Amino acid sequence: MRLIAAVAEWFDHRLGLAAPIRDAAEHPVPRNTASWFYVFGSAALTIFLLQLATGILLAMVYVPSADEAWSSLQALNHQVAFGWFIRALHGWGSNFMVAVVLLHMVQVFLFGAYKFPRELTWIVGVFLLLTTLGMAFTGQIMRFDQDAYWGLGIGASIASRVPVAGPMIVSMMLGGPIIAGATLSRFFTLHVFVVPGTLIVLVCLHVLMVLKLGINEWPMPGRLVRRATYEREYHALTKSDGAPFVPYAIWKDMFFAAFIILAAAGCAWYFGPFGPTGQPDPTIIQTAPKPDYFFLWMYALLSLLPPSLETPALLIGPVVAIVALLLLPFLSGEGEKSWKRRPIAVLTVLLIAITLGTFTHLAGYAPWSPHMSAWSGDPVPDQMLKGTTALERQGALVFQGKQCRNCHALGESGGERGPSLDSVAVRLTEDQLIRQVIQGGGNMPAYGKNLSPAETTALVAFLKTLHPAAQAPARDASRDVVAGQSLRSTQRDKVAARDGGAEP
Amino acid sequence: MSNEILLTRRGLFMKLGVLLNGLVGVALAVPFVRYLFASATRASQALPWVQLGGVNQFPEGETRLATFRNPIVMPTDGKTADTACWVRRIDGEQFQVFAVNCAHLGCPVRWFPQAGLFMCPCHGGAYYRDGSRASGPPERGLFEYPFKVENGVLRIQAGELPTPGTSAPSSANAAPGTPATFFKGPAAALTAATKGHRPPCA
Repeated sequence: MRLIAAVAEWFDHRLGLAAPIRDAAEHPVPRNTASWFYVFGSAALTIFLLQLATGILLAMVYVPSADEAWSSLQALNHQVAFGWFIRALHGWGSNFMVAVVLLHMVQVFLFGAYKFPRELTWIVGVFLLLTTLGMAFTGQIMRFDQDAYWGLGIGASIASRVPVAGPMIVSMMLGGPIIAGATLSRFFTLHVFVVPGTLIVLVCLHVLMVLKLGINEWPMPGRLVRRATYEREYHALTKSDGAPFVPYAIWKDMFFAAFIILAAAGCAWYFGPFGPTGQPDPTIIQTAPKPDYFFLWMYALLSLLPPSLETPALLIGPVVAIVALLLLPFLSGEGEKSWKRRPIAVLTVLLIAITLGTFTHLAGYAPWSPHMSAWSGDPVPDQMLKGTTALERQGALVFQGKQCRNCHALGESGGERGPSLDSVAVRLTEDQLIRQVIQGGGNMPAYGKNLSPAETTALVAFLKTLHPAAQAPARDASRDVVAGQSLRSTQRDKVAARDGGAEP
Repeated sequence: MSNEILLTRRGLFMKLGVLLNGLVGVALAVPFVRYLFASATRASQALPWVQLGGVNQFPEGETRLATFRNPIVMPTDGKTADTACWVRRIDGEQFQVFAVNCAHLGCPVRWFPQAGLFMCPCHGGAYYRDGSRASGPPERGLFEYPFKVENGVLRIQAGELPTPGTSAPSSANAAPGTPATFFKGPAAALTAATKGHRPPCA
């Protein structure tokens, strides 16, 4: 024991770190901040350390070359002992890190912790969020598979829309004229050196400010922040009702950090590593790339925005969002901290959460994407063919053969890009069906060039049968008037025609 | 004699030291920046012509997938330098060669000969057989490679990833941003197929 003390003393005589470390550990915090709401920041830092450790382990095997990255991932998954687990832990750690950072941000926002004098802590935090997302995006590319390859193409397409500088940004991003070796090396540099380096510096600044300015006290409704008096009040609070951070508050941080790491490890063990999916071979085009979950909302947004709004939204939206986050502590740097008296803050969080959640949910089943194999994979439901004529059945064949099913569902299977056609005959008359099929419109391609008159006749005959049994199909009333016929006689003609009577 | 010393010996040396380091910094910055921006500042020379194969590999009136090795490669590119494109042989030596990349965000479009449409799996963009926009989020038609036929061999001018911001709209397609109308698509398709003879009721 005495030996350990002697060695410690030898080091501290030269380093002089013991006193500042003790001061930092034992700095007084308001007693009510020893709360389970105050554990997200330290948990984010712990996961980041996990990411550093697993990242270094992965880099020992991973080969950042477009030619070999994919096979080195396969080796990690199948050849190297526990390679699959380290990959899985790094991937799940990334998901957990994004989630915990977002939770931390919401907590800080709702507890008013960004207000005076912690504005700069918030601003550094905004950059920490951006670097965390940057790590997530560049990390997705390290998993150099089909999704990564086409994801880069999407990134390049977005970047190319920047006015004037677009093409230059694209070649900077790709490191050459196409997505290839130089692109992967570039993103490897970002993922392994540039972004984590920035992240480490920012984390140090962030933690330093938390120590220097003190942790945000538990917000009390009605206790307003004023620049002139706040620091004195906070000081008085930590004097009268303070306790040393270690061990009074830290045990909750430690418990939660351990729980989060365990949760990530549990997911990694149970679900295994992410991909890699198919080889990054651009000649294999049978692929439907999708981003990782934290960018799914963007994937949905890009499908649902009107084309004319897309470029402005893509280029201006993020800038506006980041500027708004950076300006927040200056726009409301004083005043009420408690979320109980900040309804707009609470509603903003709810609105953003619901919006992102809805978009993410939509992106999960992507109703805007054609189902590429529905035409050959999903049969026409039996009951839709019961009692139909030969012409109508021929129409059903045309419907499948011309890939209508890729965008239109019948009996709940098929694409969702266009409306379901289960009761289309109620909505459109025969003439409208013909016009829609031939000319398209309302986001449907025109099929005039691809259907012979016979095929069109058969297809429309089939579509006319698609109505609920108790509901009559739509008909054009003006036609009867023009033809001077009553509905009854028209129907009689039809029955006669169906029975094979050759009535002129 | 004034007691004010404007510049001490030490002060002069420190300023010289700052100046010296500044000069070294500027001198090094030139190669550093040139290196960093190498991919963006390379001379804008014409793209090379790549061979796609004999004309007879492509039946008239059909659209087939062709692949080629990107002419600008690095030794470590591996399979990523292999590129696919859609070749439509209208008739004789009349071709259209489309990039597989959707004009929306670059996902690979697939050709459905029965429907006569290219469909994109990502956000549902669709194009007619002549590459013009049919529906969905793309603001323009498919990207086209310039082609030529020499001694019965089809060649295209390629080498760069086509993106909405870097590629000019192709001849068969309307200008970007043109709103789609009911008639644009089939009219464009008809125009291409009948080589300029517009049907009376387009």
